[in-house]
Amino acid sequence: MMTTGEILATLALLTGAFFFLAGTIGLLRFPDLYTRLHAITKAENIGLGLLSLGLVILSDSWAEALRVILVWVLVVLASATNAHLIAQSAERRRIRPWRL
Amino acid sequence: MNTLLLVLALFLMINLAALLWRVVRGPHAADRLVGTQAIATLTIAIVLLLAEVSGDRASSDVAILLAVFAVVSTVAFVHRLMPWLNGDDDDR
Repeated sequence: MMTTGEILATLALLTGAFFFLAGTIGLLRFPDLYTRLHAITKAENIGLGLLSLGLVILSDSWAEALRVILVWVLVVLASATNAHLIAQSAERRRIRPWRL
Repeated sequence: MNTLLLVLALFLMINLAALLWRVVRGPHAADRLVGTQAIATLTIAIVLLLAEVSGDRASSDVAILLAVFAVVSTVAFVHRLMPWLNGDDDDR
């Protein structure tokens, strides 16, 4: 029998994995750079966020939990910075957004 | 619980392998960079999962380092490809 914490953690982990899958499919299927950036940013922020939420629930000490949260905060800062840098530079290099 | 974590790690590894296709195909260098960035994030997630399974504290330090170096690689790429950041353009 699973405890409530384990059920919550399982839900968070599975939802996080789903967001990672969505990011992968988006990166493979979307037509241009900007939409791909959109897909990858979702995967990084929400996917890793939910995954680390699940791991935080599962972890047995505060030190471990804080470490996982630190990783998540770093990744969120990094992905925001990266997305803006890449999108800005792509626009400057006149990479056209995709149109129907 | 460990089984779930291991299955999730395997699932993320399959995702990672699929992303290699984007890195190979491009078409632009920035597309390849976005692909490698996604791979870096997936690696971080896999390392976190495996750290929880093995109970090894040092493994999550690896995840922290990967998270830090992901930014460094992007900034280096943008600096190399985008000359105006190096000062030979007027407005930025």
